[in-house]
Amino acid sequence: MRRITWFNATSLALGFAFLYLPMLLLIVYSFNSSKLVTVWAGFSTKWYGTLVQNEAFLDAALVTLRVAVASSTIATVLGTMAALVLVRAGRFPGRTLFSGMIYAPLVMPEVITGLSLLLLFIGIGFDRGIFTIILAHTTFSMAFVAVVVSSRLMTFDRSLEEAALDLGCSAFDAFRLVTLPIIAPAVISGWLLAFTLSLDDLVIASFTAGPSATTLPIKIWSSIRLGVSPEINALSTIMIGIVAVGVITASLVTKRASLRQQAEERAAAGQV
Amino acid sequence: MRRFALIALPYAWLLALFLVPFGIVLKISLSDIALAIPPYTPTLDLSEGWAAFRDFLAALDFENFTFLTTDDLYWKAYLSSLQIAALSTVITLIVGYPIAYGMANAPDHWRPTLMMLVILPFWTSFLIRVYSWMGILSTEGYLNQLLLWMGLISEPLDILNTPTAVYIGIVYTYLPFMILPIYSALERMDGSLLEAAEDLGCSRLTAFWLITVPLSRNGIVAGCFLVFIPTIGEFVIPSLLGGSRTLMIGKVLWEEFFNNRDWPVASAVAVVLLLILIIPIILFQRNEQKSRETEG
Repeated sequence: MRRITWFNATSLALGFAFLYLPMLLLIVYSFNSSKLVTVWAGFSTKWYGTLVQNEAFLDAALVTLRVAVASSTIATVLGTMAALVLVRAGRFPGRTLFSGMIYAPLVMPEVITGLSLLLLFIGIGFDRGIFTIILAHTTFSMAFVAVVVSSRLMTFDRSLEEAALDLGCSAFDAFRLVTLPIIAPAVISGWLLAFTLSLDDLVIASFTAGPSATTLPIKIWSSIRLGVSPEINALSTIMIGIVAVGVITASLVTKRASLRQQAEERAAAGQV
Repeated sequence: MRRFALIALPYAWLLALFLVPFGIVLKISLSDIALAIPPYTPTLDLSEGWAAFRDFLAALDFENFTFLTTDDLYWKAYLSSLQIAALSTVITLIVGYPIAYGMANAPDHWRPTLMMLVILPFWTSFLIRVYSWMGILSTEGYLNQLLLWMGLISEPLDILNTPTAVYIGIVYTYLPFMILPIYSALERMDGSLLEAAEDLGCSRLTAFWLITVPLSRNGIVAGCFLVFIPTIGEFVIPSLLGGSRTLMIGKVLWEEFFNNRDWPVASAVAVVLLLILIIPIILFQRNEQKSRETEG
């Protein structure tokens, strides 16, 4: 029997206070009317107003979104392929190198990944811009997709696919109609992970972006190097809000889906 | 044929954008700095044939690596990165274990919510989470205001731009990586083992040391590596919170490249950093493999 003791309650309360208080302060002080960020001078939404009018931030946000959508989509396709290779392809020449290259980006310091890709782009005379950031983000986030999808593939019951093949499906149709729907939740979480990693990345983007493309983290970085600013507090609040709504919605959806599945399983058991 | 395409596409991508770039870093780390575009020498021109290639190889040397050992800055930066990473891993474990323990012992219907609360910061921008501490720790920051108001201090403390701020930043941002593996180890634990120990006369604290801690060992080890490995090369946290007094190798590499424009030395710094990281990475993979075997 699990029960909540004083010790457990205190450690949870302190732990979550530590995790959430800094963000809460950021949100509260984004509504501060004073330009001196740490001195409260009354409620105001004016920093949101100046933020919305700041075209540099809007442009950077747009670049970031385009990079994130493109790189996470390519990374999901390549990462899912890599996961299929890792779990299913068996032995082939160069397999060790392949799995090494898949897992290495997970633990690689960002400064090294960024530096090496920049030196590559310069070496082959590639003009740096949005396209090079997309290539860089795809490369490091496909590793994360591959890990998420391959852990789902390992528990996958292959007899379902064999049944489809026995019943006359082509290999591709069996993948499309049987395998893909079953691994879909892992593929979607892989995409979301790649998307967030791309939105979040400062270091690799700083190396691989040319002067023509500035992402939101690069823009935020250059303004917070000088210290705390109320506009950045407002921007942070918006970003935290979007993530919170997204994560809470996702967890409610999965909870409802699992409840429905349980109900269906009960109903099916009742019919037998 | 289809199998070939499935393997070839991701393989080719990784070769071109992961392995080849490392080859280039290695090559440039053996080159010399030059006032040219690109700013290093020698450059390889394959159109001039074998003789040019031989000259090119002859011009490479380990000078940059010797330079790393002669200048204090670099080995001090490596050592201080390792030390900061190790100490902050220990602090993160001490802070994270009770939280994971509390979560694993919380009522069943609380757990999905607690889990979500741990994961939520993970999806929030890393940069913003580090930034949020700048307002707290600065001289006029919220923490100093609070301490002054409570009368605990008479002068504001200098925390921002010191190593202390770096430790706080690392513990804060990497805490979920510590909590999650420990939580998943504790959650699988069989509670009747503790009851048995108590029936047999163990005190609760002894039972915790003899049963709970060993059974969550894999989670502890995984969590420690997940904090330790990325912290060594960390750039954002020391740059925003550490000021000029904190020396970490990720920051040195960045400055060598962007401020000094010394690409060969930056590349050599990267190569040595990678060599240092190989040891904990191999140990981490061994631990993962072992825990998969014991579970399977």
